Amino acid sequence: MGSSGYILRFTLIMTVITALVLAGMFYVTEPYALRSEAVFNKRAILSAVRSQLGGDKFDELSDQQVLDIFEKQVEQLVVNMQGEVVEGEKAENISLAQEKKKPESNRLLPVFIYNSPDDSKKYYILSIRGNGLWDEIWGNIALESDLNTVAGASFDHKGETPGLGAEIKDNPTFPAAFINKKMYNDKGEFVSIVVRKGGARDPQHEVDAITGSTITSNGVTEMIERGITYYKPYLDKLKKS
Amino acid sequence: MAENTVISAPKEKEEWFGKKERKLLTDPFNDNNPITVQILGVCSALAVTTQVYPSLVMAIAVTFVTAFSNLATSAVRSYIPKEVRMIAQLVIIALLVTIVELFLKAFNYAIWKQLSVFIGLIITNCIVMGRLEAFAMANKPWRSFLDGIGNGLGYGAVLILVAVIREVTGKGSLFAGSPIEWKIIGNTSAYMINTTAEGSWFSWYANNNLMVLPTSALLLVGILIWVQRSYNKKLVDIS
Repeated sequence: MGSSGYILRFTLIMTVITALVLAGMFYVTEPYALRSEAVFNKRAILSAVRSQLGGDKFDELSDQQVLDIFEKQVEQLVVNMQGEVVEGEKAENISLAQEKKKPESNRLLPVFIYNSPDDSKKYYILSIRGNGLWDEIWGNIALESDLNTVAGASFDHKGETPGLGAEIKDNPTFPAAFINKKMYNDKGEFVSIVVRKGGARDPQHEVDAITGSTITSNGVTEMIERGITYYKPYLDKLKKS
Repeated sequence: MAENTVISAPKEKEEWFGKKERKLLTDPFNDNNPITVQILGVCSALAVTTQVYPSLVMAIAVTFVTAFSNLATSAVRSYIPKEVRMIAQLVIIALLVTIVELFLKAFNYAIWKQLSVFIGLIITNCIVMGRLEAFAMANKPWRSFLDGIGNGLGYGAVLILVAVIREVTGKGSLFAGSPIEWKIIGNTSAYMINTTAEGSWFSWYANNNLMVLPTSALLLVGILIWVQRSYNKKLVDIS
């Protein structure tokens, strides 16, 4: 023991065994991981229209129910920055994190259209992404068929402070405050929605910020404004047709 | 009577679950707690204890890793060349942590997202490495396994205790994010005690946001150490 030959043999065998075990484990768990990831992402998208899906009961939906709703009631399409629908792409395969790395004019945007079985209305769910205090934040905004009124929102983050910035996700009253806010003013100009420190002043275009998380709140404001601006060409075309 | 009995030579008897084995399991809960006495693994204890459910998952993950890395290291301890001792230990720990991570990602994706980096950081959790060096390298596999379980659970006990206090006082709930979520006190009708309800006795109460921040975990762990040492005097001298 202790000779370099033995050490080499030992490390080699150890490495090979470890690599084989890990490769095997990865192979076995991968399909389950992919399904879990899909359910998680689809749940986040549907969460923007949670008021249409039973409100508080939304959290009780099983994984299979989420997949079923997504399959039956959600249309997916991908649009480019000029507002044209791109054929042959599925919205669920578009990752905004990846798109952010492309030059702005080449980016693709996912659009999920939720067809409500109750009132046969369409809800347009748009995905947005921006920066919080520590890391990225992202979310989904659902617009009613007038393409102006917000039907709901959901947010998530990578590493905001628990109890402060992380409240955009943890505190259900924050996304709920976006419901019935308007993206456009009465003249039809785009004004977006502002997360206002010290309390909302404009009942149509502002929501209360979370105490102690100014930078995350500003990040949400900026994310919504920029994100919806990207979708504007598509929304404008949709309004005309 | 005791004076006359011949005390047999202290030749150790191999027992499956004798006094020594039981001590291996119970010691880490008090006299040799990884967090409050060995002061190991504090970083993750501060970070994941905002809620009980992730803390519980973290405790189980760490117990799994300490138990099986102790077992594996002890089983091959006579083959490990001392020059690459630490690397071999790290490979074993990393292997187990990666297995935990793959497993969590596949079967509890939300918690995997929430714990994110802290699962990977079990690799650098000093408790695991510390037990390998201090115990598994010098003891038989079965005892090392028990020592690993004991230390994992001792760590987990502190984690859950801190998390229960933080979640109840900070968020007014228990087990948030899990199927058995219990909303105790808060300002909407979803909570058992609704502080905004008319005529509520608890209208003065608000959940304390400080308890959600890592600072409160540091204070709580400090208070735990203080309380433990004030009734367990033998701990005072050794540190």
